[in-house]
Amino acid sequence: MTATTTPLPRTTKPPPSLGVRLARMWGALITGLTLLLAAAWFFPIYWAVITSVKPEPDTITAPPTLWPKTFDLSSYTYIFQNSPIVRWYANSVITTLIITFLVLLFSMLCAYALSQIDFRGRRWLYFLILAGFMIPFQASLIPLFIFINKLGLVNNFMGLIVPQLAAPVAVIIYKQFFDQVPPELGDAARIDGASEWRVLFGIFLPLNWSITLSLGIVTFIGAWNNFLWPFIVMNDTAKLTIPVGITQVQSAYGVAYAKSMATAVTAAIPTVFAYLIFQRRVTEGVMATAGLK
Amino acid sequence: MLKTAPSQTAVLSPQKQLQVRKRWLTAALMSAPFVLIYLLFLIYPSLRVIVLSFTNSDLTGNGHGVGLANYTKLFREPTFWAALKGTAYFILLTVVPNTLVGLGLALLIMRLKRLRNLVMAAFFLPFVLPVSVVTLIWNWVLDSNFGLFNTLTGSTVAWFQDPVWAMPAVALVTIWWTVGFNVLLFIAGLQNIPPDIYEAAALDGAYGFRMFRSITWPNLWPVTSLILLLQLIAQFKIFDQVYLLTGGGPFDKTLVLLLYSYREGFQQQHGGYASAIGVVLMVIILVASGIQNRVLNRGAR
Repeated sequence: MTATTTPLPRTTKPPPSLGVRLARMWGALITGLTLLLAAAWFFPIYWAVITSVKPEPDTITAPPTLWPKTFDLSSYTYIFQNSPIVRWYANSVITTLIITFLVLLFSMLCAYALSQIDFRGRRWLYFLILAGFMIPFQASLIPLFIFINKLGLVNNFMGLIVPQLAAPVAVIIYKQFFDQVPPELGDAARIDGASEWRVLFGIFLPLNWSITLSLGIVTFIGAWNNFLWPFIVMNDTAKLTIPVGITQVQSAYGVAYAKSMATAVTAAIPTVFAYLIFQRRVTEGVMATAGLK
Repeated sequence: MLKTAPSQTAVLSPQKQLQVRKRWLTAALMSAPFVLIYLLFLIYPSLRVIVLSFTNSDLTGNGHGVGLANYTKLFREPTFWAALKGTAYFILLTVVPNTLVGLGLALLIMRLKRLRNLVMAAFFLPFVLPVSVVTLIWNWVLDSNFGLFNTLTGSTVAWFQDPVWAMPAVALVTIWWTVGFNVLLFIAGLQNIPPDIYEAAALDGAYGFRMFRSITWPNLWPVTSLILLLQLIAQFKIFDQVYLLTGGGPFDKTLVLLLYSYREGFQQQHGGYASAIGVVLMVIILVASGIQNRVLNRGAR
């Protein structure tokens, strides 16, 4: 033989030992269990969607059918025609977008001042905001309502929106992110004569688009889902937001689960889509607000 | 040679002074919108609730001082103790179970490779639903006559109307709704554990539960304590699910502090008394937050 190395004889892979095979089976079993659990967790949502496209009588047949025999969208047309759901939807869309925009803007401005401008009272202000982080607004619902009432803002969208802008967590997150921007970037612009406003919107905001987007989506989902405050401050049926509104109609239908689930699905669509499209942003935003980033 | 820096706090040239004033004005303008709203709609009401709790105000804020009457009445009132007990029972049924389920699910999800995102989405999706959607869905699933659960199991329990089962049912719904949040934080915590620790432990012959107990668990403790305390604080403020699923019934078996305060304030117009309940709630939450800060600071060090 001229070859310096003798090639290994070609054999089929030796069969895995019993231990390896057992471990693999165990692994497959656990994976199967995980998938089953995930399916079970998702099932109520599936069940709600499926119920909403069944004809009403089919929802209470025994045994329940996992797939509709006939697809029927009449529950949706019914709720659109017989409840102010479109109105509530519009209320929610408008107030939620305004809240999201203003929370981002106001928190960003305040955080920029705290992070980048050296002014007297800065530390004191930051401590005040940190302290507010722990205060539960739910405990002071009565004085908040009395105050809003005195301002004449009960049943008014201003009264719905403004208290939701007092979110210290967004300020704290923005400040952390602004603190990490290298100071040379801002100083260079300042030497060129840029005002603080230009530095914020021209340099700090573009550098922090990612967290702005994450915070924006998390704020959007939170504002859309908010229940307690809209429930307290809005009594006028036409002015309800959708999460509050849909709790008002269920009794009007009696036991009508197809219609009930149609309202549920309709109310959930924006946040579910926001999550499915921006999954990574949502997780980043959630972790930032939980204090993990 | 050392350059002696001019002391900034000493005499400022008029030019410098103008600059400082301009800077202060910019900062004030920038923080004003947030700070004003924050002071008016968060700080002021939470100071005002204390004052109100010593009055017999109604929902318009009119009333006069009654000293400690609200508090003495509160502590003698069986309904208050029922609400406190209800809150404690709800916390017992949710905080630790929700954390453990979250940890278990996170460990299961971490094993997955291809399907990880899909499985994660299945557990996280409920978390982005509005509370009223969650309660509508579960009212349907647990409906005593036509609900999926009772039809499949043959049970006849009216889950949300049953004195024994109402609170566990609300807790179950809460765990289903919110566990995704915990899973997310646990996964972040698990990913932060450096893999070489695992390799070293594997070389030492650790595997399976032994590995979990001596590597994963201690490294995960900061995240775990964070989750436990976030849960604790959140669950003290429980209102939405209880109000929508049981309304506090049957026989106040699911009554919680915030719901009691809501009833007294907004349904009975007892603003002062409701404020006293609010103060109790706030004190409890601030104490819990204080503990949280301590634990977190220790974790960060």
